[in-house]
Amino acid sequence: MTDPKLDPQSTSPAPHRSPLAPPPSLSPNQRAWRRFRRNRSAVLSAWVLAAVVLLVIAWPIGLKLASFAGPKGAAFSQASQPDKLSDDQFQPPSAKHWFGTDVHGRDLLSRVLYGAQISLLVGIVGAGVSLVIGVLWGAIAGYAGGRVDSVMMRFVDILYSLPSIIFVIVLITTLEGVLKNWLTAIGSPSLGKSARLLFLFIGLGAVSWLTMARIVRGQVLSLRQRPFVEASRALGAGPARILARHIIPNTLGVVIVYITLTVPAIILYESFLSYLGLGVQPPMASWGSLIAEGADQMNPIRIYWWLIAFPGGLLVVTLLALNFLGDGLRDAWDVRGES
Amino acid sequence: MYFLKRLLLIVPLLLVISLLAFVLVRVAPGGPFDRERKPASPEIERQLKAHYHLDEPVWKQYLRYLDGLVVHGDFGPSLKYRNHTVNDIIAQGLPVSMCLGMLAFGFAMGVGVPVGYFTAIRRGHWEDYSGSLFAVLMICIPGFVVGPLLVMFFAIKWQLLPVALWASPAHAILPTMALGLYFSGRIARLMREGMLNTLQAEFITTARAKGLSENAVLLKHAFRLAVLPVVSYSGPLLADLLTGSFVIESIFQIPGIGVFFVNSMLNRDHTMIVGLVVLYATLLVLLNLLVDLAYVLLDRRVKYD
Repeated sequence: MTDPKLDPQSTSPAPHRSPLAPPPSLSPNQRAWRRFRRNRSAVLSAWVLAAVVLLVIAWPIGLKLASFAGPKGAAFSQASQPDKLSDDQFQPPSAKHWFGTDVHGRDLLSRVLYGAQISLLVGIVGAGVSLVIGVLWGAIAGYAGGRVDSVMMRFVDILYSLPSIIFVIVLITTLEGVLKNWLTAIGSPSLGKSARLLFLFIGLGAVSWLTMARIVRGQVLSLRQRPFVEASRALGAGPARILARHIIPNTLGVVIVYITLTVPAIILYESFLSYLGLGVQPPMASWGSLIAEGADQMNPIRIYWWLIAFPGGLLVVTLLALNFLGDGLRDAWDVRGES
Repeated sequence: MYFLKRLLLIVPLLLVISLLAFVLVRVAPGGPFDRERKPASPEIERQLKAHYHLDEPVWKQYLRYLDGLVVHGDFGPSLKYRNHTVNDIIAQGLPVSMCLGMLAFGFAMGVGVPVGYFTAIRRGHWEDYSGSLFAVLMICIPGFVVGPLLVMFFAIKWQLLPVALWASPAHAILPTMALGLYFSGRIARLMREGMLNTLQAEFITTARAKGLSENAVLLKHAFRLAVLPVVSYSGPLLADLLTGSFVIESIFQIPGIGVFFVNSMLNRDHTMIVGLVVLYATLLVLLNLLVDLAYVLLDRRVKYD
């Protein structure tokens, strides 16, 4: 039997450890998790994000339930529908409309929470798209090396020097044109509206993968020299297997950290596009389009502050939480790189 | 030698980028004359297309364009604003955008570098927490929220500064802040991280062991290396700022070039788009080259071969 105090591999803590005994050794992930939990702003951010997501999911369900809960609940549910027009235009926040109402008398709280669905979804799916393209591109370029690598990375350089806004607009309009032809060909043009969202996902993901590809390539370049990759190759594993089993899993820490910082960037970009009128189409809303509507109504005579303050506030809180979370993860896993 | 090679490599890069932009705008559906007064007769449209050589095959158009650009430095006529050439529009808007961009760059550096520096050397103290919070907050508030908020308070409520337009130095203050605040946050974060990384280096310990004063260690030895991430970020940053910002220019009604990046795309103003892409790419590539030069000057360990 080995003495746990002398065995550095032992993971089970000794039952009666003397104060001088070394602490039980932990895996790198366990140690990172410990560091993360000690980071108060990161943990708080995780809770804030969870609360926002929960609220966004619960609100439509709550409205639905309220419509069955007697006449009072039904009236509340009616008045709070995000697309319900009314004559109470530009009402400041009150007991009836907590966030006030907009130019068409719609309840702003509902619109902000419904808009949050779009903004969050775009952020997550867009980041997912950029993750898939960026990791594959970077891993293949880094692993293949040589001419393949330099051609692939020159391509990234070229895309970097295009103004991204032009690229996004070309992508979205091209996809839309293709889809419109296709939909009229099969005879169901009504799908077009929701397809717009799909283009946003693809377009935003397609401009956000460049940095990811660079980071992953750098990681792969150093990983592929490591002995365990050599060993796997000596055992007869092909490049696809080595990439999938050994290299990509090892880049995961960096990737996760970077992806938490990509989500807010994409949410910000989507709100920018919606602000320009290129994102979601009314009556659908996202945080960006709501802020744009608010900014349109601003004039020196009357300031409808709630139209900007509430969607803008929730946007900023969410982005803050995501950034703190990303910083916390980066510190915990001690990842260096572009911030 | 290395830099001469880089300078020469710019030419093929710009060729590829202009070709890519040229093809991309033609792949996108819709033409520059779609939004003409309807109903435009087919003859008129055909005439217009013939006049601008849009009826030729794309490769021929591109060669013609390249010929004009390389031989005469001519970006061609705008397809939307028919009485102006792209050169005219750029010549009118670019100086304004550049002026605003430089102001915003100075503002972002002037705020970001000191904030990053002090948050790093006071790590764990209240200066660190408040400064870092400021920096994150800045990168989370988009320009189209900051802009209206600044206008709401400084221009409408307190009537201190003009609401919009581009006439006097006072008119430049709000747009400079609205544009620069976001980047000051980015710069502060880069500076803080650079400073923290540098302070762990061994030569800092050596400098302290020699008995140098803390200020000399921080300012003379650490700062010089810690500012490198900021320097490399300032290349793309300047390219972005000098070519104007759609949001800020439309909020403050500034006659810059930034609005054209979006509008030309919406109008399918092909020549304008390609001209802007080439302009932006040229700026970006040249600025990145300058950044690499600055690296050599700041960090003697960097050698290019």
